[in-house]
Amino acid sequence: MQTTTGRSTELARLAQQFRLEVLDVLHKKGTGHWGGASSVADLLTHLYFERMNIRPEDPKWEERDRLVLSKGHASAMLYTVLAHRGYFPVEEIQTFRDLNSRLQGHPCMNKTAGVEMSTGALGHGISVGLGMALASQLSGKNFWSYVITGEGCLDEGQSWEGIMAAAKFKPKKLALLVDYNKVQLDGASSEIMPLDPLDDKFRAFGWRVAPKIYDGHNHDEIAEAFTWLDSEEAGPSVMIFRTHKGKGVSFMEDNHKWHGAPVDDETYSKARPELEAGLAKLEAK
Amino acid sequence: MATAKVLDKQVSMRDAFGEALVEIGKTRPELVVLDADVSSSTKTGLFGAAYPDRFFNVGVAEANMTDVAAGLATCGYRPVISTFALFLALKCTDQIRNVICYNNLPVVIVAGYGGLSDSFDGASHQALTDIAIMRALPNMRVVVAADGKEAEEALKEALEHDGPTYLRISRNPAPLLEIDEPFKTGKGRILREGKDCTIATAGVPVPMALEAAEKLAAEGISAEVLELHTIKPVDAELLKKSVGKTGAVVSAEEHNIYGGIGGAVAEALSKNTPAPMEYVGVADTFTESGPYDTLLSKYGISVEAITEAVKKAVKRKA
Repeated sequence: MQTTTGRSTELARLAQQFRLEVLDVLHKKGTGHWGGASSVADLLTHLYFERMNIRPEDPKWEERDRLVLSKGHASAMLYTVLAHRGYFPVEEIQTFRDLNSRLQGHPCMNKTAGVEMSTGALGHGISVGLGMALASQLSGKNFWSYVITGEGCLDEGQSWEGIMAAAKFKPKKLALLVDYNKVQLDGASSEIMPLDPLDDKFRAFGWRVAPKIYDGHNHDEIAEAFTWLDSEEAGPSVMIFRTHKGKGVSFMEDNHKWHGAPVDDETYSKARPELEAGLAKLEAK
Repeated sequence: MATAKVLDKQVSMRDAFGEALVEIGKTRPELVVLDADVSSSTKTGLFGAAYPDRFFNVGVAEANMTDVAAGLATCGYRPVISTFALFLALKCTDQIRNVICYNNLPVVIVAGYGGLSDSFDGASHQALTDIAIMRALPNMRVVVAADGKEAEEALKEALEHDGPTYLRISRNPAPLLEIDEPFKTGKGRILREGKDCTIATAGVPVPMALEAAEKLAAEGISAEVLELHTIKPVDAELLKKSVGKTGAVVSAEEHNIYGGIGGAVAEALSKNTPAPMEYVGVADTFTESGPYDTLLSKYGISVEAITEAVKKAVKRKA
């Protein structure tokens, strides 16, 4: 589906609004992962508000598309997107990480409607998504299985076991989206565990690899990636999106410190106006 | 009480398991089977030959196998995964804990080559900690089969259960048992009645326990043989009833003496039915290569070891 520029702006606006809400809740709770949540905001927004074939009012509908957020630490963004998409009340986001809340620190499929797989320990998503994609094919239900990983997941050996196996079994509707912000908990990926040339790695493993690295904060480019995805049915496909950890707040962007550091009052007072300004800019478009 | 007879006919549990999969596959289209390059050893290859579309050999990548099965399970399939017990319990602990058990997914984990049964391959392949690990995972059921028939029965029940099961089977031919009480997961069976000491056991040592009880009877000691094929949830009621009567207990298992059947029995009894207890199993040591029978015996799993342990436990009652 070709999106219009207007639609892309609308999706960008939504993603920015979700960033603002996530920053608010992380500040209020004093816990959670801002960096990875802000990084993946546009991808999750685009998937749930534009791309996926889902029925939030019937979250277990058998033919729904599946999404596995393998980088489960971005849970706050997933919950915010799911709530706004209608899976549960938006007010419930305020219970994030509380005792007795359905919104666990990392996503839990048996507690939260719309969460397709519990994640947190990294490296599980590709294998699980492969299993779902095989089920889609075996059953003829023909739904998509989308998996989102960051660098951390791709450090894990199991991811490459899954990548090898997907190339063997070739399910038609498995797509991997890499949220490639190039920063992990301890520092830049180039220092912690270099992954480049990442696209060549996937090619060597027998995957269908998108012809370019897309801008994961530009909804025209995200739409372009899905147009490429739909252009042929050729088994497991990977789209790498260049993103920025801490996106939307200048002093947090690309800084590993904001992987999971609590957003204190001082940080919040500087960060929120930046996100508000970004939102105002998008609303003016 | 049941009665049990050890038959002359020997069947290997893995053959029984492989044949059962093929049989069940006829009527259960949602059954899918995954293996990690040992399907000719585990015998899942029989299913693969019969239903190639529902069989996935993932190569030597056990962690991936486990999570692929989980993904299939979330979409309504009933996966059975199988490789050697050692690899399942150790290479897939994260996947079994964080994905299968946490989400209570109906994946049946059939652990082949349990205990010392991969005898010639040596300590690297001998699974003596798997029950301890699996028992500590919430939502997991842990079953240890004693013969080919139990392997089949336990598999069938596991496929009806709405959650995960770890089913441990063995490599080598073992005598079939004729037990008149039907197998039911979670229900222990008294295979022989006695009044002086309970032998709580499962798996390959079951016939040994029956033979030990026979020998002890000749010496005037009456041992009760309690088969605890389901180690989790353990049949605590039957255990308490039996040990409440006999006043002493011996656990006999093909596992480290820590954390396996002995642990489950001690936990079940210590609160309300404490009794002198002895542990038969591998004494927290690494094992070695060798013929299965003599290996079992060298590492403390034998009719003699059980007999001695019962005598000790009975003596401690006084």
